[in-house]
Amino acid sequence: MNRPSMKFSKLQRVLHWVMAIGILAMLFIGVGMMSTIDRAYLVLVGIHKQLGIAILVLALLRLVVRWRSGAPSLPASMSEPMKLAARLSHVAFYALMIAMPLLGWSMLSAADYPVTLAGMRLPSIVPASAELHSILWSAHRFLAFCLFALFLLHFAAALFHAWVRRDGVFETMTFGRRGGR
Amino acid sequence: MKTPQDQTATGRPTVVRFAAIALSVGAVACAFAYAAGWLTPSRLTPAKIVDSLAPASGPVKGFRRNHAKGICFAGNFEANGEAVAVSRAAIFKAGSYPVMGRFNLAGPIPTMADGTGRVRGLSLRIEASDKQEWRTAMINAPFFPIATPKEFYELQRASANKNDPAAVKQFAASHPSLREFGAWAGSAPYAESYAEDRFNSLNSFVLTNAQGQKQAVRWSFIPTATMVPVPSEDLKKRDPDFLFKELTQRVADAPQKWKLVFTLANPGDPTADPTKVWPANRRQIEAGTLVVTRIEAEANGPCRDINFDPTVLPEGMQTSDDPFPAARSAAYAVSYDRRTSESEHYPRVQAGAKP
Repeated sequence: MNRPSMKFSKLQRVLHWVMAIGILAMLFIGVGMMSTIDRAYLVLVGIHKQLGIAILVLALLRLVVRWRSGAPSLPASMSEPMKLAARLSHVAFYALMIAMPLLGWSMLSAADYPVTLAGMRLPSIVPASAELHSILWSAHRFLAFCLFALFLLHFAAALFHAWVRRDGVFETMTFGRRGGR
Repeated sequence: MKTPQDQTATGRPTVVRFAAIALSVGAVACAFAYAAGWLTPSRLTPAKIVDSLAPASGPVKGFRRNHAKGICFAGNFEANGEAVAVSRAAIFKAGSYPVMGRFNLAGPIPTMADGTGRVRGLSLRIEASDKQEWRTAMINAPFFPIATPKEFYELQRASANKNDPAAVKQFAASHPSLREFGAWAGSAPYAESYAEDRFNSLNSFVLTNAQGQKQAVRWSFIPTATMVPVPSEDLKKRDPDFLFKELTQRVADAPQKWKLVFTLANPGDPTADPTKVWPANRRQIEAGTLVVTRIEAEANGPCRDINFDPTVLPEGMQTSDDPFPAARSAAYAVSYDRRTSESEHYPRVQAGAKP
């Protein structure tokens, strides 16, 4: 699937950065809304639901694009364990980007809350059940912290490539003209 | 440890580069911790509100953290079409819409005696044909004792403070609405039946009609049955479940009805403060009739695993500047998440078994 390009395709880079902002916002809004009773709570919950659906759509699109366009090969200077970690982190990201919105949606469905997108009622994707709600809610919460931890790891790794190794891996996702060495 | 990168052009030592990475990652982690409230223990979180509702013996697992004792019902909302003038919500177009709801008593203990329940509640879910729904939870008090969620929390803390019995008195001294509420609680009659109680939204909401005009409102469900007060000396002698037994029998005999009446705020009326009753001469719109046709015990009933979140509103209704609906929504969600994780503590009754 890898190709000899030094950068991800432009569509992949745009998707990456748009989703990076969206996912980081979701994580901050998620913990923020759970810790306030202000009127901002309703605004945050509203954004969290709409943005969650948007991320689900973008994540599925991105998965297709990744499958079709592949990814630039990692530099030969990287050790095999590092390469494996990089690949596994990508798999984990895709899994979480798709699972988190689905868990949120199904958790609301299990609680029999109406899920609306831009005023339109979306269907319930699981049957109403208190027990199921509890499992899904716990999973959504736990995996949110996993996703944030994964983000921190990804962020640290990106900076490691950019500032310490300077091996062009960071530049595969940037918009500058230089494509690394 | 020297690496090839140490000899590169810009020449900053590797340790500085690693430090910059650690700082960047640490800064994002700190911002996240701040957003989550971990760095500000004084922040009033929904979890704290829910914790403050628990009795001294701890919360009763599996049950709602407040208004824990309840009974489910089913019925219809028969809209007469009058409220279409103020809201474009489909629920107010003339017609009949299915309702699922719950009568309840304020308090955290589901085994409390009905005669000790000063505040009674009515929660509803009305479903429109366009799949939009309206959820609301009301009480029989004519106004709320507390003006803001923060003060509500302070009162809960004061009430729980066994070391300082004067704490609530001090709170009441600086909060006249709590004293007025005490006067209502001490003098208002206890109706013999939920079917004779009037239930009030207390919080204000904003309606929007088809022309886009907005109108702040409060509402009440007003019983069509005449109020028969229980003599106060009889209250303690009544069966601990007399309200539930009475209503079950009464609804089996005939459907019970309440009129939904909206009260329209004038400009300048206090919409953000549920302790302040609006003047009696405000315009009112009767929107229709709630008809309760079937009562069901909560353990297996349809109201058990529903959160009557008052911010689940159809298009044409929204929250106002009243701070309570948001706080209630946040706290109800915590209560819901906790009790649904404890359902083994509140067993469902097997079909066919006698409860």
